[in-house]
Amino acid sequence: MSLFPHPHLLAIEGLKEAEITQILDLADEYVEQNRRTNKKKDLLSGLTQINLFFENSTRTRMSFELAGKRLGADVINMSTSTSSIKKGETLIDTASTLNAMRPDLLVVRHGSSGAVKLLSRKVDCAVLNAGDGKHEHPTQALLDALTIRRRKGRLARLTVAICGDVLHSRVARSNIHLLNIMGARVRLIGPPTLIPAGAERLGAEVFYNMEEGLKGCDIVMMLRLQTERMHGGYFPSVSEYFSLYGLDYEKLKNAKEDAMIMHPGPMNRGVEIDAAVADDLTRSAIQEQVEMGVAVRMACLDLLTRGKREGEAS
Amino acid sequence: MSTHTLYKNARLLDPASRLDIKGELLTHKKKIVSLGEKVDAPEDAEIIDLKGKCLCPGLIDMRVFVGIPGADYKDTILNTGEAAAAGGVTTVCVQPNTDPIIDSIPHIEYLAIRAKNALVNFVPMPAATKQMEGKQMSEIGLMAAAGHKIFGDCSTTIENAAIMSRIFKYASAYDALIVQHLSESNLSKNGCMNAGDLATRLGLPGIPTAAETLVLERDVRLLKGTKGRYHASQVTCADSIEVLKKAKSDDLNVTAGVAVPHLSLNEYAIEDYRTFMKLSPPLRDEDDRVAVVEALKDGTIDVIVSGHDPEDPESKRVPFEQAEPGVVGLETLLSVSLEMHHNGSLDLLTILSKLTSNPAKIMGLESGVLKEGAPADLCIFDLNVPYFVDAEKMVSITKNTCFDGKPVQGRVLKTVVAGKCVYEYNA
Repeated sequence: MSLFPHPHLLAIEGLKEAEITQILDLADEYVEQNRRTNKKKDLLSGLTQINLFFENSTRTRMSFELAGKRLGADVINMSTSTSSIKKGETLIDTASTLNAMRPDLLVVRHGSSGAVKLLSRKVDCAVLNAGDGKHEHPTQALLDALTIRRRKGRLARLTVAICGDVLHSRVARSNIHLLNIMGARVRLIGPPTLIPAGAERLGAEVFYNMEEGLKGCDIVMMLRLQTERMHGGYFPSVSEYFSLYGLDYEKLKNAKEDAMIMHPGPMNRGVEIDAAVADDLTRSAIQEQVEMGVAVRMACLDLLTRGKREGEAS
Repeated sequence: MSTHTLYKNARLLDPASRLDIKGELLTHKKKIVSLGEKVDAPEDAEIIDLKGKCLCPGLIDMRVFVGIPGADYKDTILNTGEAAAAGGVTTVCVQPNTDPIIDSIPHIEYLAIRAKNALVNFVPMPAATKQMEGKQMSEIGLMAAAGHKIFGDCSTTIENAAIMSRIFKYASAYDALIVQHLSESNLSKNGCMNAGDLATRLGLPGIPTAAETLVLERDVRLLKGTKGRYHASQVTCADSIEVLKKAKSDDLNVTAGVAVPHLSLNEYAIEDYRTFMKLSPPLRDEDDRVAVVEALKDGTIDVIVSGHDPEDPESKRVPFEQAEPGVVGLETLLSVSLEMHHNGSLDLLTILSKLTSNPAKIMGLESGVLKEGAPADLCIFDLNVPYFVDAEKMVSITKNTCFDGKPVQGRVLKTVVAGKCVYEYNA
C-alpha cells in the first residue's frame, strides 16, 4: 500500500504529476467497485468523517457522504444553517470544537478563499477542501481529469478549453493547475470581464472569441455563470452572454469532431449551455463526471487515512 | 540635579541641514541648547557618552491609529506611546477613527486628556468631514484657530468631488493641510489585495492601482486654482508617482507619504493567506515597490509612515477576505527603513529626512531638527547592529506586525522627548 505524501488535500497547486496519477489510478479501481451490486468496503470502518459545509451544496456534499459510507466510515454532515456558526462562532473556534471530537477526516467547504487551509492548521486530522471561495476545488479537478483520462486515454497533450465565468470559478483554477501539471494545453474562453487578471501567467491561453478559442479542442469544459457572486454588471445581458459564450452545436463545430463536453454542474441551460448539447450523451460527459466524483473522493479519503491506518495496524 | 544634558561622542545626524558629524549636543530642560564638534557645557551637566552611536531628531510618524474597539481606550493610548518610544518616535499623528471620531474641538481636548500621561507627543489629525462621512465639512476653521492644521478622514476616501473641492478652498483660508486616503470605493469594493495574477491564483478579489491613482489625479485637478495644501497619505504605485511628479512640477502644494511595508514588501508576502500582510492600500507588485523607493530618493515622496494600526487577534485569525487590514509598525519604523540605507538604495540622511524634518515641515512642527532652540526630541540608535524582529518582544499589546522574524540592521537605543528619556534599550 503506497502512502500519499500530504496530510491534507487542500489544493491541486503543489501536487506532483505522480501524486495526481496515484489518485486517479486508485479512483479507477473504485469506479469498478461502485459498479458492483455490493459497493461497500470496510476500509475506513471505525473512522469518523465530518462534512462541514459553510456554503450550500447538494451534489458535492452527497458525493463525499457516499464516498465515506462506501468505504465504511461513520459520516456526519454539518451545515451552517443548523450550527453555531450562525451564532457568530469564529472559524477557528469551530475547528477546535470539532477537533476535540476526534474526527479522522474533515471535508470542508467555505465561501472564503484560504479558509480551509486556515482551518487545517488548527486540527489534527486530514482535511479535504471541498471548495474554498474562488481559490480551489481540488476533487472537482481530479474527477474531471479521471473522466477525461477514461475517455481519451491520457491527459498529456490534449487541448482543453475552459469556458465562461473563470473569474469567479474555483473549479477553473484547480483545473488550470491540474491540466498544466499533467501536460495538457489549457485555453480560457470568456468575456474580458470574466477572465481574471494575469490569467496567462497561470499557464493558459486566453480567448475572447469562443469560435476561435474552440478550434481544435479535445475537451470543452463549461463553467456555471455564478451570478450570486457578481456585484455590478460583468456583461450586458444573459441573452448576449448566451449568444457569444453559450455552447451550442454551431460553436461546437469549431472543436474537434470527437470533442467531449463537460460541466461541473449545476447547469444553467440557455445561459452557458444549450439544452440539446447538454443532453447529448454522445458528446456530453456530464453524468459521467458525477459518477467519477464519488470514485475520486473515495480514493482521496483512502489515501489521506493510509498513514494513520497503517500506523495503528503495526 | 543638573538640568543640562550633554550627549558626547555622538554621530550627529540632522537631515534638515544635512549635517553628519562626530560631535556633541547639549540640551537644557526641554530644548536643544547647542550642538557641534565641541560644545561648552556647564560643569554639572549630566554627560551621556554615546560612543559613536547615531543621534538624530526624534521620529515623527504621520499615520498612527489608536483606540481600537474592544481594547481599553486609555491603555491603548498609553501603549501606543510606549511602542512609539521604543521605536524612536517622539511625535505621532493620531488618526481620527477612534470611538468617538475626532472631528471637533471637544474630541481633540478629550484625546489630549487621555494622552496626557503618554510618553510621546500626540498630535491629532481631526477628520476633514463630520463623522468621516464625506458629506459635511468638519469645523476646520475653529479647529485651525485652536492650532490644529491637519485634517483627513484617515482610512476613508473623501469621494464626493464637490465636497473635496469646497474643502480645499475653505481650508486654504486657514492654511490647513488636507490628507487624503487614496482608494476609490467602487474599484476597491470587496477587494483585499493587489489585483493581478497572484490575486487570481489565490482566488482573492483584487484592488487595481487605478483605485489609488484615480483619486490622486482627481484631487490634483481640484486643487488647481485653490491655494490648498494637500497630502496623499500613502502612495503605492508607479502611476501615482507620475501624477505626483507632474503636480509638484506645476508648483501645486502637494506632498505624499508611503508606509514602510510598501517599501520593504511586495504582494508575494501574502502567499498562503497571511492576514498580517493585509493592508489598505494593499501591498503591490515588485515593479511598484521599486518605483516607490525610487520616488523617495528623488523627492517625489516626502514622508515615511508606519501606518501603525493595532488589530486584535480576532480581527486577524479569520479567512483573509474577512480580516481587518492593518499592521503595527512604530517599533519597526526606523529599523526597516534603514534597510534602504544598508542595501544602498538611499543615503542615510535622505531616509531620516522622510522620518523627521519633512513630516515636521508638513505638519508645522518645531521638532524634527537638531538646532538651537528646537525641542529636545531625540532618537539615539545603533546603525549597524543586526537582529531579528521578534513580535513577542514588542512593547505593543497587539502583535500584528508584518515583519516578525525579519532580519534587520539598526536598533533604537534611547528615545528622548522634551529632554526626558522615555525609552532605553536593555539587551
